[in-house]
Amino acid sequence: MKRFIGFVTKEFYHIFRDKRTMFILFGMPMVQIMLFGFAITNEINNVNIAVFDQSKDSETQQIINKISASKYFKIVNQITHEAQIESVFRTGKVKAVLVFEKDFIQNLQNKKTVKVQVITDATDPNMANTITNYINAILQNYSQEINKNVKPVYQIQTQTQLYYNQELKSVFTFVPGVMTVILMLVSAMMTSISITREKEMGTMEVLLVSPIKPFQVVIGKVFPYIFLSIINAAIILLLGVFVFEMPIEGSLFLLVLESILFIITALSLGILISTIAQSQQTAMMFSLAGLMLPVIILSGFIFPISSMPLPLQILSNIIPAKWFIIIIKAIMLKGATIQTIWKETLILIGMTVLFIAISIKKYKIRLE
Amino acid sequence: MSIKVQNISKSYNKIKAVEAISFEVNEGEIFGLIGPDGAGKTTIFRILTTLLFADEGTASIADFDVVKEYKSIRNCVGYMPGKFSLYQDLSVEENLTFFATLFGTTIEENYDLIKDIYIQIEPFKTRRAGALSGGMKQKLALCCALIHKPKVLFLDEPTTGVDPVSRKEFWQMLKRLQQKGITILVSTPYMDEAALCDRIALIQKGEILKIDSPHNIIEKYDKTIYDVRAKNTYQLLLDLKSYTSRYSVYAFGESIHYTDRETEFDSEALKKYLEDKKHTEIEIRMTKPTIEDVFMDL
Repeated sequence: MKRFIGFVTKEFYHIFRDKRTMFILFGMPMVQIMLFGFAITNEINNVNIAVFDQSKDSETQQIINKISASKYFKIVNQITHEAQIESVFRTGKVKAVLVFEKDFIQNLQNKKTVKVQVITDATDPNMANTITNYINAILQNYSQEINKNVKPVYQIQTQTQLYYNQELKSVFTFVPGVMTVILMLVSAMMTSISITREKEMGTMEVLLVSPIKPFQVVIGKVFPYIFLSIINAAIILLLGVFVFEMPIEGSLFLLVLESILFIITALSLGILISTIAQSQQTAMMFSLAGLMLPVIILSGFIFPISSMPLPLQILSNIIPAKWFIIIIKAIMLKGATIQTIWKETLILIGMTVLFIAISIKKYKIRLE
Repeated sequence: MSIKVQNISKSYNKIKAVEAISFEVNEGEIFGLIGPDGAGKTTIFRILTTLLFADEGTASIADFDVVKEYKSIRNCVGYMPGKFSLYQDLSVEENLTFFATLFGTTIEENYDLIKDIYIQIEPFKTRRAGALSGGMKQKLALCCALIHKPKVLFLDEPTTGVDPVSRKEFWQMLKRLQQKGITILVSTPYMDEAALCDRIALIQKGEILKIDSPHNIIEKYDKTIYDVRAKNTYQLLLDLKSYTSRYSVYAFGESIHYTDRETEFDSEALKKYLEDKKHTEIEIRMTKPTIEDVFMDL
């Protein structure tokens, strides 16, 4: 036991004395969460649009007012000729143009039907889609208002309701996502690097020719990172809750337990990498190329798994991060209990056991 | 018998590193493996410290088999690899404490063993190991290898890259450790250090050429060596090589060592030959053979 404590102490010295390690451990999580939380977002705010009003009556004016009153749009341009539409898009200053037909108010009163055209700049398809939806919603709302006194003949009304994230805040998906990426990266990369460093520096040779047992070396390497990763997870959660107003609907205790489970999964993956990689650089490449990208792309963090081609959907099952994202979202947003996420939890436990079993089998008690 | 090696062979991807090597080291002996880089010294060390499997042959350390009883060996040997293998980001004291706890002991417990050495690096005990000079690093590494009072000490090229003064000190330390009953297996590419061992094995290309005490090895050397000097050493080397009765010619420090095929060697004739070749300041003197001379002959 004394031997083990001595080893862990040495590991802490390594971590605290290396500025790069310290930065990756504590700087990166904060930078990432801030980046994802503030800069990268699917929501629209203050989008510049132009209006081509060919009717210029009280009715169109009301609609325009309604649109500009919302915080989503800002009307920056009034167009007078059709030819101008193209040119305002070219300048890139507006993302959408709203066109009202001639004799708008007359048509509305006589024919009971009017046309509004929404032209969007689809160089950014997601943005264009969102803008169209938002404008549609505003127009829909308006037509309901003017129809209040008229009794419609037949009408099907769809009523959509968004559960768990009513405002469609993208932060709600980014916080769990970033937490997963960070924990994966920190845990797996740092442990794999720290074990391969011993090999590279030649200190592994001295460690091997000593009475310390292989599992003591491995656990001794992992132990400080479990501790530091928990601190990391806590920082991310605190930022999520207090800066981005992310709710934690479920039990905090369960969330912490699941996070520790995932940290251990990632650490065991790191050990596995280090048994294969001979140098710090290979370990780094393995962790970055082999973990970072799949974690970001295949875990459902950014791209929904259900819309991926089938082979990728199948492949995503072996990514531990996928299961953790499901778990953490369920707990934080849906208030899930262990009854609903036991399957995912079991998968993570299974993966961990597998990784550790392979690592112990592959751990070399000699140099070759 | 402290170390027993029988017919050890080892190759890496069909390249022979060590071939059918056998030797024995007595308890409390300083045994030197002498040979140039790439002779297979490190491979022998790694097999004996249980880090590598030999392809063939058996070996035992303190009567423990290197394959079956590797755990017992790892408890009772001290190993200092050729490459500096301590934690560079840990201070001198931290390194020593770590290795002491690794072997289940403390610095205080075996302080008398390392005292002579540690006293020299103690003023720098808070300095990071990476910031030490070459000689200091070696002293610290030796302390770390000694801290658990090993029965057998393996030192792989401990003085490579160390200044002459530190090298001398290092060997004095080894002599003192020997007096404390520790068996030492040391390798070195420096021939002058060979004379300081009790017995040496001369190795080249993975094979042992000779095993004996340095004294006997020199004693048994039957050729007379002449130390030849002239103003232009390089031209002298070339001209000596084309002298008809030469046996061997090689540079030795600032002079050339020359041996002749004939037992009745006439130094005057050689001097005349060199004068004809327009050499000046010619000196030809008989000299005592050294390990290096023996090695060159093998």
